[in-house]
Formats: sequence, C-alpha cells, structure tokens
Amino acid sequence: MVDHPALKLGGDGSLLAVIGDEDTVTGFLLAGVGNVDMRKKANFLVVTDKTPAKQIEEAFTEYTSREDIAIVLINQSVANMIRSTIGKFNKAMPAVLEIPSKDHPYDPNQDSILQRVKGMFGGDLSAAT
Amino acid sequence: MSQNRYPVVPTTTVLGMMKGRQTGAVKGHALLKKKADALTVRFRQILKKIVQTKQEMGKKMREGAFTLMEAKYAAGDFRHTVFDNVEGASVKVHAHQDNVAGVKIPKFDRTENTGADSKLNLTGLGGGGQQIQQCRKAYMATVDLLIELASLQTAFLTLDAAIKTTNRRVNALDNVVIPKLNNTISYIKGELDELEREEFFRLKKVQGKKSADAKKEKGRQPFEQQQQQENGHKGVDILNPHEDADIVF
Repeated sequence: MVDHPALKLGGDGSLLAVIGDEDTVTGFLLAGVGNVDMRKKANFLVVTDKTPAKQIEEAFTEYTSREDIAIVLINQSVANMIRSTIGKFNKAMPAVLEIPSKDHPYDPNQDSILQRVKGMFGGDLSAAT
Repeated sequence: MSQNRYPVVPTTTVLGMMKGRQTGAVKGHALLKKKADALTVRFRQILKKIVQTKQEMGKKMREGAFTLMEAKYAAGDFRHTVFDNVEGASVKVHAHQDNVAGVKIPKFDRTENTGADSKLNLTGLGGGGQQIQQCRKAYMATVDLLIELASLQTAFLTLDAAIKTTNRRVNALDNVVIPKLNNTISYIKGELDELEREEFFRLKKVQGKKSADAKKEKGRQPFEQQQQQENGHKGVDILNPHEDADIVF
C-alpha cells in the first residue's frame, strides 16, 4: 500500500523537514531536527512576510519528493498560503503535519486531515473525544 | 437475466467450473468483509487518537513558543546562531511497518543521534543558557508528539485508502460477480434440463416409432406367408411375370 524509500532505508533513519516562521523553525532546530547536507541543502525553510508563495510551494514539493524525509512539518498559517498544493498532495508518505505558530493559534477547522476526520464524525469534532 | 451472465457454453463441465467459482466468490466475500471490519475497528481507534493528539499538540506548541520567548528574553536573539550551527540532524525518525489485516501501515520511531548536537549545547553560553536548554527540551517533547501524530496520520490515510478499496471489492463481489455467477449457473441448469427433455422426447419418439414398426411388421407377416404359400402352389410365371415398364431411351 505505502511505498516509500524511507520504509526501506535501514539504520540511519529519515529526516523531518520544517517550513515555518522564524520562531517555529528555531525551536525545532534547537530540538535537533535540522540537517544540512554536503551540497548545503537544508531541510528547513524560514518563511517571512516577504517570502513569495511560489518559493514555499517549491520547498514543499521538494521536501515531499525527497527520499530521506519522512515527516514534513508546516505552520498552519504558511499552509494556508499554499492550500491548493497541500490539498493535492494526498500520499501517506511523507506525512505532512500542520502545526500552529506563535501568532496563529491552532484552528482545527483549517487542517486538511482534520477536515476529513470531521467528515467521518458527522461534522462535530468534539464528538470524537 | 440472459444479459447478466457470463458467455459460456451450457455443459456439465462448465457448470462445475461455475459452481467452483461461485463458492470461491462467496468465501472471498466473507473474508473481505471480515477484513473491512477489522480495518474499520482500527480506523476508529486512530481517529479518536488523532483528534486528541492534535489538540494536545496545540497545547505543547504554545508551551514551546512561550519557552522560546523566555529564552530570547534571557539570551538575546540567538536565532542566527542556531541557524548557522545546523549540520547533521540529531533527531531522526526510523520508519517501520505495522500490519493490520494485511495492510501495511508505516510507523515512526524517534532515533537519537547524540553527538551531532554538541555545538548547540554551547549556544547561550554568554547568558540565558538554561532557558535555551529548557526551550530545547520543550521542543524535543513537541517533536516526540509530532512524530506520534505523523504515525497516526499516515496510518489514517493508509487505512482510509485500504478501507475504500476493500469496500469496493466487497461491493463488486456482492453486486456484480456473485449475481452474475448465480445467473450463469441457473442458465446452464435450465439449458441442461431443456436438453434432457429434448433427449427424453426424442427417445420416446424413437421408441414409439420402433414399436409401431414392429406392430406393422407383425401384421404384415401372416399375409406375406400366405402369399408365399399361394405362390408356391401356383408357381411363378417366369415368361410373363407382369408387364415391364416401357424402357425409354
């Protein structure tokens, strides 16, 4: 069912990628998810107000197609900028997780996955818990 | 009915084949139904967990952002130091597969690569180091939660797809294949019955004809014998037996 190189890679494990505002990325880099390979390719993208949506889209497509990335973390506010690209991405691997950012509290109604979950509970998320 | 069946020759062999296929289809249908049920049970568990974990994640992220603000307040803006010091990832995920009713579900585990983050340990040495370490711990906890959430989410998507295909197969067997096989079997049976009736009728007819012939034969025999006897008495007129038909050239 799920066919991803990350499942076949042994030992070393796969990376997490982060797309988000400066604070979010800083936090995750502190935790140690950051990785810069020999060609100076990083697995994180800092999005500021000036970052064009195209660049975010490119980064998202790159991270989701890279073989060594198993999870892509993306700020919900950033995800909303490229919602159509994220909506089109419907593979199980790598997992795309929408996370809240400092300035934007988490809104379950905008999450692509929770949207689908909601549909299965008849439109009421509180019924699930 | 004649439309919705397989194009087959109605013979006993084909009937046997069709019956075999029918039992196979019924068995497969039962098995697939069981599989779909097992998947749905697991799916519902995961749904509940996903919603819970997502809410928890919101909380954790808030805490993380708060500690980050604390650290920034104590150590100044250290973000560039962090960005510049990134080399190899110390936190990686190891993916392995979980098996639910024949569906492979990826599951992530965190693998830590200590030593790679030694540089980061020195961040904030000039001040606010403790806050930075606390912030780091908070974000590590968040990463753990996110990895769990990623496992749940991939499981959710995979199971969703698997349940859809399984249900499609169940429905296809239930609504297309099995009725079609049943129709074919009844068609072959009807056709075979028809053949048998025809055969029976033919046999009867032949028998009737035979017995009728036999009766005629019996009725004729005495007459012929009589004639023979008569002929024997009179003798056959060889010279002028009876008038020949004219030969026309």
